[in-house]
Amino acid sequence: MNVHQTSWRAGRGLRRIALATIALFAAPSFAMAAPPAPTNVEASDVTGDSGGQAIVTWSAPANAADITGFQVWRSETSGETAARNASERTAALAAAEAQAFENEQKRLVDVEGLSPEEAAPQSRAVARQAAIGLARTPDALTVTETGPHGTHWLLVDTVSPNVDSLVVSKLDPTTSYTFIVYSVAPDASGRPERSAASEPSNAVEPVAAVLNLYRLPLLIILLALCGVVLLFILLARRGMPLKIRTIAGLAAVDEAVGRATEMGRPMLYINGIQDMDDLQTVAGVTVLGRVAKTAAEYDAKIEVPTSRSLVMSAARETVQASYLTAGRSDSYNPDLIYYVTDEQFGFTAYVSGLIVRDRPAACFYMGAFFAESLILAETGNSVGAIQIAGTAMPSQLPFFVAACDYTLIGEEFFAASAYLSGQPDQLGSLKGQDLGKILVGVVLIVLVTLATIAAVTGSEQIESLVSTIKTVILGG
Amino acid sequence: MLKRNVPLLITGLIGVFLIVANFFPSLSAMSEDFTVFFGIIAAMAFVLGGGSLLKVHLKKISDRNAGWAYSLIVLGTFAITLAVGLLKIGVPPNPGFPDKPWSGSVNADGTAFEWIYEYALKPLSATMFAMLAFYIASAAFRAFRAKNIEAILLLGTAFIILLGRTFAGYYLTGWIPIDGPFSGLRIEELSVYIMQVFNTAGSRAIIIGIALGIASTSLKILMGLDRSYLGGGN
Repeated sequence: MNVHQTSWRAGRGLRRIALATIALFAAPSFAMAAPPAPTNVEASDVTGDSGGQAIVTWSAPANAADITGFQVWRSETSGETAARNASERTAALAAAEAQAFENEQKRLVDVEGLSPEEAAPQSRAVARQAAIGLARTPDALTVTETGPHGTHWLLVDTVSPNVDSLVVSKLDPTTSYTFIVYSVAPDASGRPERSAASEPSNAVEPVAAVLNLYRLPLLIILLALCGVVLLFILLARRGMPLKIRTIAGLAAVDEAVGRATEMGRPMLYINGIQDMDDLQTVAGVTVLGRVAKTAAEYDAKIEVPTSRSLVMSAARETVQASYLTAGRSDSYNPDLIYYVTDEQFGFTAYVSGLIVRDRPAACFYMGAFFAESLILAETGNSVGAIQIAGTAMPSQLPFFVAACDYTLIGEEFFAASAYLSGQPDQLGSLKGQDLGKILVGVVLIVLVTLATIAAVTGSEQIESLVSTIKTVILGG
Repeated sequence: MLKRNVPLLITGLIGVFLIVANFFPSLSAMSEDFTVFFGIIAAMAFVLGGGSLLKVHLKKISDRNAGWAYSLIVLGTFAITLAVGLLKIGVPPNPGFPDKPWSGSVNADGTAFEWIYEYALKPLSATMFAMLAFYIASAAFRAFRAKNIEAILLLGTAFIILLGRTFAGYYLTGWIPIDGPFSGLRIEELSVYIMQVFNTAGSRAIIIGIALGIASTSLKILMGLDRSYLGGGN
């Protein structure tokens, strides 16, 4: 056998292997072909909204039998690009620092003969210097890799195969966006495989309309409710007689202050744990004014620890004004109204300790409370204090009802200002509020009746009507 | 006069602006700015709060009032935490900016500030929160005493809910067929029914009242009818 024959046979063997390899991979390659990409991807702004929404439409590819869904991606904003670059830069620097630490540690241990513990500080210093050097090298950390069409994309959502449009929300109204869509279909092994990216859509800026039409029903409801309140305020000013039922919790303020005076023990007033931007805190300050005025008249001591600095300032102003009104400005002591901490349970611990040490004769809890409500109220109960609470936190009301003598439930708490002032303007607003409640009740009854009829008769028209009204009232 | 009218004017104007901005999107950016302004004002007021804290506790220590040692602990921990946070003690530079020594976050893992939070504040808060279980037990004991018809109804309902939330309820009525006509009498089903129907209805009634109360109170504040938050009403 000569060299030529040997090489020919070897060549023939190689050709067979090559053909077999091609045959092996060619057959599955037909099954593994990526699904076709969607076409006609277009984007447009959603009109009449508050901005930040765009609608993306596309056409499913012709051969779309196996497609299990579509992925919609959007272009990055400049802020997102900056954040991604910063994140990648940080990761690269951290990796370089870790590598430099490892190299130096290895050198010091293996070559210099130091123990790992001895080597660690120097290794850390060298690694830090390496990272600093890299950070100061211009362009050393520039990210060059991009996605389809030479840019980066963010996944918005994956939708089912029978869908050909998607409303994309939470966009920046001042940024222009483009979109791409992928088809998703199972590969030969049944795992989802993505098509090539579609052509990018046209650029769209999800701008805001002058008036948000989606909130128009809410505006009408707001105007109606406010209109009713204003109407009753006007009627009250013109002398319409108004009768307000007695609110036991507020009527008991005098009793509580009197009891504290008789016992010679202080009173404690907690204005919730939220700041002045919470309306419950404002309502609590209102009640504080009344309690402080009564305390000034009886010459009782009232202590007001607060969990917010602004509340402390407002409470001081209110109590000072109350003492002034009662003609006892000399008895006003601003040091009894003080800040403790913003920390929820730190504040709770302080107030609980205060209750146990000082054993106040009366405790008032007026404002926004969370888990601390029961801890405070039970501690107050354990020292035998008369307790009055008021809050608009529905989840805390049962705790106050169980542990306090009187509780202002929700709207009663907000009515306190009007109730205590006795002014016609404010009492009129309460009447307006009552009429608002009647309006809400009527709407509820009508909707419940319609929903029941829809459920019993199966009428699609009524069901659609109920759904539309619900969407309109609840704002979509 | 100015002290009263200027705040009223600011409150009214900004309040109306925020309501209008809710419907006119072009104004929403400015309304968000006002929210930021509140944060700034609250942060400035923190100086007042810190001052008050120092004054109250220093006075307690100086007068040797009962529990003055606790005030010493308060001021000590306050000073330590403030120093650790402001001076960024033990805070490594941000990995993205290793050449900027103060670029790290005080909340980063392994910092002294994070240690204080993780190993002092969190356990202490958790301890206070854990005490709630005992307070709930004592409050429930008092609330569920069967003094009258309402209290008996409350007790019965609470009993069903408590059983329905445990395996005891399942074992007690597990013999009722789950697909039969009386499956609703199984305690776990009754518990869900009470929570979804009676409890939700009651909560929503309260929430609607609260919403109307908030709207009405807000309106009174915007119109200057309720001035109690300025200190004493009129």
